[in-house]
Order: sequence, then C-alpha cells, then structure tokens
Amino acid sequence: MQFSVTGLARRFGDDVNTDYIISSQRKRESLDPAVLKNFLFETIAPEFAQTVRIGDILVAGKNFGCGSAMEVAVTAVVGAGIRVVLAQSFARTYFRNAINNGLYPVECDTRAIREGDALQIDIGAHTLVRCASNDQVIEAAPIAHDILKILDAGGLVPYLRRHSSF
Amino acid sequence: MRGMTLSEKLLSAAAGRNVRAGEIAICEVDCAMGTDGSIPMAMDYFASMGGVRVHAPERLLFALDHYAPPASAKAAMLQARIRRFAREQGIPLFDIGAGIGHQIVVEQGLATPGRLLAGADSHAVTYGAANCFATGIGSSDLAGIMLTGKTWLRVPESIRITLHGKLPRGVYPKDLALCLAQLFGADGATYQALEFHGDGVASLDFEDRLVVANLSVEMGAKNAVFPFDAAARRYLEKRVAGPLEAVSADPDAQYARVIDVDLSTLQPYVAMPHNVDNVTSLAELGNVPVQMAYLGTCTGGRAKDFRQALAVFREYGKPAKGVQLVVTPASREVMHELTEGGELAEFVALGAVIVTPGCGSCCGTAGAIPEDGANVVSTANRNFKGRMGNASANVFLASPEVCAASAVAGRIVSLQTFAASR
Repeated sequence: MQFSVTGLARRFGDDVNTDYIISSQRKRESLDPAVLKNFLFETIAPEFAQTVRIGDILVAGKNFGCGSAMEVAVTAVVGAGIRVVLAQSFARTYFRNAINNGLYPVECDTRAIREGDALQIDIGAHTLVRCASNDQVIEAAPIAHDILKILDAGGLVPYLRRHSSF
Repeated sequence: MRGMTLSEKLLSAAAGRNVRAGEIAICEVDCAMGTDGSIPMAMDYFASMGGVRVHAPERLLFALDHYAPPASAKAAMLQARIRRFAREQGIPLFDIGAGIGHQIVVEQGLATPGRLLAGADSHAVTYGAANCFATGIGSSDLAGIMLTGKTWLRVPESIRITLHGKLPRGVYPKDLALCLAQLFGADGATYQALEFHGDGVASLDFEDRLVVANLSVEMGAKNAVFPFDAAARRYLEKRVAGPLEAVSADPDAQYARVIDVDLSTLQPYVAMPHNVDNVTSLAELGNVPVQMAYLGTCTGGRAKDFRQALAVFREYGKPAKGVQLVVTPASREVMHELTEGGELAEFVALGAVIVTPGCGSCCGTAGAIPEDGANVVSTANRNFKGRMGNASANVFLASPEVCAASAVAGRIVSLQTFAASR
C-alpha cells in the first residue's frame, strides 16, 4: 500500500524519552489516550498539548522514545491525532510500540526540518519526505515488508483480529 | 556461510528456522512477564484482538511491582482488575510486596540458557545474564503473546564486548555498565545486542552480570547476553530443575562492532542528571551535596548490593544529617535474606526508610519522592528529569558503595576519597 500524508512539523530534539512524551505518573490517573493527550510533552514543551492539531507530524532527532517501554507514550501521541513520527533514529521499544499501534515510525535525516514546516510524506515500500519550505526531498529508511503489513492493517490489534496469528 | 552470533542462535531456536541479523523472525516465546504498569493495557489489547482465553497461562508471569503498595484508589483498582484476570486465566501472579517482576523471573529460575523471554517493561534485558535472549516489549506485544504465544522480533546485529582482567577494589559492575553507557551513548547500541566474552566474564558473578545486562537498555540495546559458565551454573542450578545447556556463538560469527574492555582500568563513575550516558568519573565530579540516598531497584536492589552499602555504614557510621536513606529490596526473597542475616535491622538502626519490595521510588510510582532541588544518589538505572516523581530533583546514578559513602559524607564521593579525608 502506497499513500501520502501531509501535515505541519512539530519539532523536538535528541533523546526525547518516554517520560518526556508522557509522564509516568499520569498513567496512574488514566490510560485513556483522550485524557493523556492533554499532558503530552508537559515536562519539556508545556504549550504542546494546547497547540497540537490533528494531522501534525512529530519530527525528532536521534533516539526518540528512549527509556521506559510504556506504550502510553505511543497511544497518547496517536490520541492527539498524529499518524507519523519522523526521527533520525528511534529507541527500539518505541519503534515496536509505534508499529503495533499503527503509528508510522519513519527513520530519516530530520536535521533540515524546522518547527511548522509543511511536510508531505509518501509511505510505502519506498518512503519519501518532502519539505515544502526548502523544497527538499528526504529518502527514509525502508520499513520491512512484514512490519508494513502490521502498520497497514492499523496495528497489531486489527492485524491479529483479522489473522488470529502471525 | 559465516557462523552465528549468540543472539542469532537463540532466535533461530525460537523461530524454528535459521535467522540472521536484520531478518524479521516470528518467535515462540518461552516466558513473558507483565507488570501493573503494562498489564492493564495488555488486557484491553487482548480483548480488542478478540482474545478470550490466553494461549499458555503457565508461560506468563504477572508482577504487581510498580504501584506497590498502591498510593491511589485508581492504582488499587487497576491491580484488582489484574488479580481477577490472572485468577480467571490461571496466570501466575506475584502480588504487591513480592518484588520487582524482573527479579522474580530470575529467582523463579525462568531465565535459563537457550530460552526466549520477553518482559513488558524495558529492563527485561536483565535476564540475558542467564545465557538467554531477553528483551523488553510493550503492552500490545504482551497481548499478542497472550493470544498466540508468539511475537515478531527483528534479529539484532551484535556488538562483541570482550572483558579482560578483573575490576579493582571499590569498582563494581555498575561502574562497568556506566563506563559502557559513556562509551556508547544513550543510543549507541540501538536495535543491537551486546554479547559478552573474555576471561573477565568469569570475574563477575551471576548477580554482577544481572547489573550489566540490566543497564544495556540505557545504551539502546535490544538485549545483552552472557556466556553460560560455572558461575551462572552455581546460581541457576539451585533454582532450576531441568538440565542446563550452554549456547555459544560460533567463532566465525559476524559482529557489527568489536570492543575490548580492560576491567582493571575502570574506576568509580557517576551518571549525572538527566541522562544515563552523562557519565563522569567520581574523581572529576565537583562538590555535589546529597539530600537522598536510594538503595534498591532491579539494578541495585539485591542482597549483595545492600551488603556492599552496609559495609560502608559499619565502618563510617550513619548517614549525615539532612540525608534521607531509602532502602527498597528488589524482592521479598531479598528482604527475607536481609532479615535472616540481620542486615535489615542494621538499616533500621541507621534510620533508613524501608519501602515495600518493588519498583519503589525509581520511577516515582511508589515510595519516597525527593523534594524540589534535592540531589539524589541512587543505585537505580535512570536519572531522567522527573523520573523519581519530581522534575525539580536531580538524580545521580552510582554503585551501592558510592551511594553509601555519599550518604555518610553528605556529598557525592567515592569510598576511597572519603576514607582518605577522615
């Protein structure tokens, strides 16, 4: 399946850990993404939760989602209407959790992307990121076929619901 | 065809076919651990997947460790849901007070050579000390395993780390792990396996290896794996009924990177706020006063760690005025051992706050929370901003001996420096 998404870049730096994405104390109160999205990035970007729009695209540096494997760090992002995260690299548990929840983790060179840039991302066997502000086209790392199947199904839940096994 | 790394061999066995680094393997999971931090979501995912009965309840282990004991009615109700589900499904449950899931997996003898273990908590990498493949997964993965008994894994490239010699006096496996974190950085081993080799491995006992494997995730590693030898056998044969057979890497296996570490050249290190790879030697750390010393967690909460700390307190006395000492045994078994040996009573006499075995203060979900501006010296594995429940506190990570010496000195210091100043 090949498709395109467009959205505005929301820029973060390197080593954004899952506690920064959503504080682990918040999940004591609720696991509901609709609630948790109101506290996204509260430690490092207190204005984010108020300003995020459906379809925004997270753009980060290296090692996005490091630290704890807590899945709410993905579901809260999905809950805010975000479908794609671009990063130089992902921490592996975040990468896994993203795939299993239908959040496309796109590994590419994000250095030239600025906050608010209009992006178009063509996702599929080859993934390309087009940045309108500087006319750049960035080629992303390919996503393995077996992984793309899970993502295209919308995550592990719809995938296993349909196939009942791997 | 070239030989296989230890991780390639372990995942080939779990996949039932030969798999190589970079391939996606669908693997049969021998044991999967979940905690009160990850199970409630896994139960929801399981239901959404259409799950009714779990695939093999005896291969699961549930531990209520993050909110032990629960500090809010909501946490208590999440745990009540888990208890009910475990009872209905016949899943072994370790309730609040039993300890940290990772420690329980090891104590129960579930981590043995050749197995594939997954834990819905990032520090599941700890079990790799037992010559098995062990990695952290999320709640949806745990649900997938509950439904199918299987999971997908990308076979990692491996970094071969050869250890030579032995650690000097006053230098501990925590220091080795912090030194590796400094070397690799927080993402230097992302998606990769750390495979340990060399004569230096024998100088680390099984519990030392648990510490090193535990911290491998702080370098981004997917797993860490140690060889199986006499020291591992000594620990495991008391806990495992069946035969223990070593799995080894092929001599001609291919590695992404090869590193040699001379253990005798290491010194005491500390990870400064707010990243685990922000490591400096204690000799180069300036004057850092301390308000809390934390002994515990799946990194530094075993009996051996408490004894190392206690040796310092016996020699040099109580924590300095204004330093809160918090003790959280990793499990009930550890607490029992410390009770039998009299060490726990000594900690009580030192004025320590004793917290229920579990994750405790490590991630701010239970136990003591530091005050604004407090500097904490801790045996834990993470020092992210807000990690211990207060974004205005500063967490420094070090060995149990350094934590104890720092508690007595009232500032972060190695035992050697502190002893010389007396």
